[in-house]
Amino acid sequence: MAILLNRGTRVIVQGFTGKIGSFHAEDMKRYGTKLVGGVTPGKGGQKHLGLPIFNTVKGAVRETRAEASIVFVPPPFAADSIMEAADAGIKLCVCITDGIPSQDMMQVKRYMLRYRFEDRMRLIGPNCAGVITPGQALMGIMPGSIYLPGRVGIVGRSGTLGYEAASQMKALGIGVSTSVGIGGDPINGSSFKDMLKLFEQDDETDAVVMIGEIGGPQEAEAAIWARDNMRKPLIAYIAGLSAPKGRRMGHAGAIISAFGESAQEKVEILKEAGVVIVPTPSSFGEVVADTLAGMKKAA
Amino acid sequence: MDIHEYQAKELLARHGIHVPRGGLAYSPEQATYRAREIGGGKWVVKAQVHSGARGKAGGIKLCANDEEISNAAEAMLGRKLVTQQTGPRGKLISRLYLEEAVDIAQELYVGFVLDRKEERVMIVASAAGGMEIEDIVERAPDSIIRTTVDPGVGMQRFQAREIAFGLGLDQNLIGKATETIFSCYQVFRDYDASMLEINPLVVTRDGNLVALDAKMSFDENALFRRPEISELRDKSQEDPRETFASDRGLSYVGLDGNIGCIINGAGLAMATMDMIKIAGGEPANFLDIGGGASPERVAKSFRAVLGDKNVETILVNIFAGINRCDWVAEGVVKAIREVGVNVPLVVRLAGTKVEEGRRILADSGEAVIVAETLAEAAEKAVAAWRSATLKKAS
Repeated sequence: MAILLNRGTRVIVQGFTGKIGSFHAEDMKRYGTKLVGGVTPGKGGQKHLGLPIFNTVKGAVRETRAEASIVFVPPPFAADSIMEAADAGIKLCVCITDGIPSQDMMQVKRYMLRYRFEDRMRLIGPNCAGVITPGQALMGIMPGSIYLPGRVGIVGRSGTLGYEAASQMKALGIGVSTSVGIGGDPINGSSFKDMLKLFEQDDETDAVVMIGEIGGPQEAEAAIWARDNMRKPLIAYIAGLSAPKGRRMGHAGAIISAFGESAQEKVEILKEAGVVIVPTPSSFGEVVADTLAGMKKAA
Repeated sequence: MDIHEYQAKELLARHGIHVPRGGLAYSPEQATYRAREIGGGKWVVKAQVHSGARGKAGGIKLCANDEEISNAAEAMLGRKLVTQQTGPRGKLISRLYLEEAVDIAQELYVGFVLDRKEERVMIVASAAGGMEIEDIVERAPDSIIRTTVDPGVGMQRFQAREIAFGLGLDQNLIGKATETIFSCYQVFRDYDASMLEINPLVVTRDGNLVALDAKMSFDENALFRRPEISELRDKSQEDPRETFASDRGLSYVGLDGNIGCIINGAGLAMATMDMIKIAGGEPANFLDIGGGASPERVAKSFRAVLGDKNVETILVNIFAGINRCDWVAEGVVKAIREVGVNVPLVVRLAGTKVEEGRRILADSGEAVIVAETLAEAAEKAVAAWRSATLKKAS
């Protein structure tokens, strides 16, 4: 099923009736996502976009057997919504909201640990573009039309840079199994490594593109894990070559503070771990094509 | 968001952490008056700018009488202090902090940061205070104590006590140090700080523990629930280009190049800047226009970018997902007509409603250089910038 999401996944929207939630709910429905309802406290029992509204996530899960939830709730209340989803038995939560305080995210991550591993929700984001399994389902805000269904996984922090990669691949006829935006915040639900583990196990993914950026330890951790555990090729780009040290570049996460966090240092670490490097942001397509061609030859 | 030393000390003092007696001054007269108010025979005049390493840059002066205080204040006020951390433009000194001089027996380092690896608050302490933390890491790595706090239950006293013993403090200082570290964590947590550094935390000759300097930054995402912190913002310490942009909800970082950038998404913005560099140019700024880029927002972005006099070419790169290329194109045309764009302009549009967007640009009759791919956009921007500077030179 690619990873995380397919056409059968039952999805609800938290922050369903707001302007942003409504807009994207419609877009996701149009793409083919199995949307089964939404949550807006106080509006339970009503209908929106032809779907039932619930007061609580537990109520929505009980009535619709929802497994996945996408969160469009404003930053002051988003952490609470994520924890509500975790407690209601949601298996996959994608949080789009940008601007959640770091301390709230620390609490969310600590809270999720109270569930047994088998019952624990997987959180993607916050501050991310979401997840798309092209041709099947969309749980996010990306334009569906730029993705061709296929066998290359994409995982990136940035939404629009992920679009750039997918569209360069599409131009060369290369399709995507699943694309995941893990978000630009310093503390996020799932790491690059978490996603590589899933892609490595997925029968419908042949290679993975990782789109990282300056700041934080996650790209290097993922590369070390891939060196020791991954059979599929890992292809990576790190944004922020031109970023000056100590400056924050939009993403709260994109700030260089320690060794190994600048773009140059990360590229070095990745190279040493055997990762195929995309040298410029305009060569995603080419490098992926070359890597796939090399695999065919070897096989 | 950063605050001044005196503001951080006020917060700390309110939570029981000892700081030297001090007061604020905006003029040399006020400075001498403050010194008399504070009492004693030696004072330190400290420039209040958002930067560390002030001492080496002449922003901290030890004084023993009115004349010295007055001279130090005169020399600092109204000047720009250039430190290793401010960049060559420096930061304006408009406030001074007068403090009683403290008799130092030992200098310690205590810092609180968000550790991205552990996803927790990390406390870093060292008995080698007074140096910058980077220097301590390099020169005295074994002196560094690190502890993280479980966000579920918060910091425990035993953790603070372990740090106090780890610093090798005298038996009779352990209680005071434990309380100081513990209170610092509470300040950090209660105000949604992202960084709190006391360097140095000093042991005085009379056996007290005093925060001699204090630096604090705050999580901007949490300011909505910390109005008392938002009030402490001092715009005079920010790059005016960045203040203009942030007041209009744009994410902007000023740099030193000549090619102004207007892009959606932080990752794509960084990648586009990298591409400009690869093509042989230098970006003048990072600007993430964000989602929902209305024509008005695009026009505001042009104002922000053109506010930088070094900008000689503009590159717009929008990959529209939630955004719409037709709106962006309308915004570009609006900006050309209302703001006045007298430098070469390269526009690359992709994604939602790209055909409509390109048509609007073509039909406008304005001089817009259109690019289809990221590489083409960067190359055209650098080429346009080169020929514009050549024209200027000849």
